[in-house]
Amino acid sequence: MNAIILSAILGVVLMFTGIFTTNKSTIRAVAVGGMLLLLLANIAELRGMQFFDINTRGMLVFSKLGLLFNSIAFGATLLYFLLSARDVLEVGENGADYFALIFFILCGVSIVSSFNSLLLLFLGIEIISIPLYILTGSDKRNLKSNEASLKYFLMGAFSTGIMLMGIVLMYGARATFSIDPTLQIANAGRDVWYTSGLMLLFISMAFKVSAAPFHFWTPDVYDGAPTVFTSFMATIVKAAVFIAFVRLFEFSYSNSGYDWRLIVSVVIAATLLIGNITAIFQQSVKRMLAYSSIAQAGFMLFALFSYNALSKEGIILYSLGYSLATIGVFAVLIKMKDYTFEGFNGLARTQPVLAATTTIFLLSLAGIPMTIGFFAKYFMLASAVKTGTYLWLVILAIICAAISVYYYFRVIQAMYFKEGAGETVAISSVFRWLLILVAGLIILFGIFPNMILNYLYF
Amino acid sequence: MPINLYIFLALALFSIGVIGVLTRRNAIIIFMCIELMLNAVNLLLVAFSKMHLADSMAAGAAPTLTNGIDAQLFVFFIMVVAAAEVTVGLAIIVMMYRNIHSVDVNFLNRLKN
Repeated sequence: MNAIILSAILGVVLMFTGIFTTNKSTIRAVAVGGMLLLLLANIAELRGMQFFDINTRGMLVFSKLGLLFNSIAFGATLLYFLLSARDVLEVGENGADYFALIFFILCGVSIVSSFNSLLLLFLGIEIISIPLYILTGSDKRNLKSNEASLKYFLMGAFSTGIMLMGIVLMYGARATFSIDPTLQIANAGRDVWYTSGLMLLFISMAFKVSAAPFHFWTPDVYDGAPTVFTSFMATIVKAAVFIAFVRLFEFSYSNSGYDWRLIVSVVIAATLLIGNITAIFQQSVKRMLAYSSIAQAGFMLFALFSYNALSKEGIILYSLGYSLATIGVFAVLIKMKDYTFEGFNGLARTQPVLAATTTIFLLSLAGIPMTIGFFAKYFMLASAVKTGTYLWLVILAIICAAISVYYYFRVIQAMYFKEGAGETVAISSVFRWLLILVAGLIILFGIFPNMILNYLYF
Repeated sequence: MPINLYIFLALALFSIGVIGVLTRRNAIIIFMCIELMLNAVNLLLVAFSKMHLADSMAAGAAPTLTNGIDAQLFVFFIMVVAAAEVTVGLAIIVMMYRNIHSVDVNFLNRLKN
């Protein structure tokens, strides 16, 4: 509850900051300070300290998983602010408003990580989506940004319509919006509504997390949006929708009486194959990262497939590892003058720190041991093996992870083994130290993943 | 009236909306079709609300019972969120119109190249 209320207040504070001052460093300081406050308030709640005592009548349930995820999302956003706040302010004239919108998105993130009623799920997803439409189109003179924003808006509103139809059919079958099975009134004659509602909900959530075959909007939107906001969209927002997805289907699966693993496994296989194979053929690193985010979504979907203790730990590690590494890669990408693979040629010579840290981020995305990306993938696959069914899916995932090494290593190869200027914009030494910090965190959690996972239980 | 008729009506409206979104090329009309989908949902919510109320009455509950009222509340939430979405959506469409003097979504295919 701390996070929901505080993030909404901070959003309003940032909007007023924009009225009173146009000084960029003041706005940045307020945003970073607010983010730090939000993170601390959420950690306080994780340790059992509630600032507000509000009876939500069972609509919100604050579980360890949700609160821990909130902390990860806020921590990642803090790093994102520290690394890229200058670039956020470069996008347009209304710098403070962009930060305000990001705080509103975080309010939605903390709602979807703790919802217990389909009404709150709908509101949370919309609170996340509507500011994102604006952020995507924030570069108003740029046609690509316009197109991305319109496409994202139409697709997002369409999938919201499908989601609502799913929710109402489930309500018709069970007489309540709660996802808690003990509150639902089963009625055998209406089970067909429940199943079709669940299916529609699955489709709309697959739209939001860009799982195949509903992924087609992702590359265009991620490519067209201003790069700083792509970074935010592809990491924190995506992980948050995954947490909502996992919460939503935790009870509904066993409830429906169908073999959902079959559908989920087909979606996972399609997502992994399409994401990885298409990523190989990209010429722009930004577009390659968009496809790689589809491929990574395929791994995160394993949490929906297996539903056991390992998959819960896996989704936490995955959201942490994926967010840190992707934020890092994008922070470097923003500084590049040329977004194609050739633009990275010879970066190791001109900017050795950038090249070394980018290598660590890419290794983590590919899932090489010693980085957190390895344990994230390991937990996901181990959870699937533990279910004892669909072993072919695990084998396919491992093959796809091997394919992904190809396109991640293309960047590393360009940086270290090709001749080129590797042109970047001016880089401050603080930025370099922050990149080293992020890379250090990736290796630290890659060796000791229990440092995070312990919080799930204690 | 049996609930099935309401479901058929709502699903018909919803399908018209979906087909409109998939086939039309004008951003404003696509937008109208999305609104049609949302309003089909509103209609079905109200119908289900009445259905659950009638169910609990038939089960012998007190006449002041508020079963099914949550669906009617949900309708208001959908209306508010739809209004928020309209504000942002129309702003995006206007922004696009200013730049290219057209609201045709075929324009979007240029991004792929």
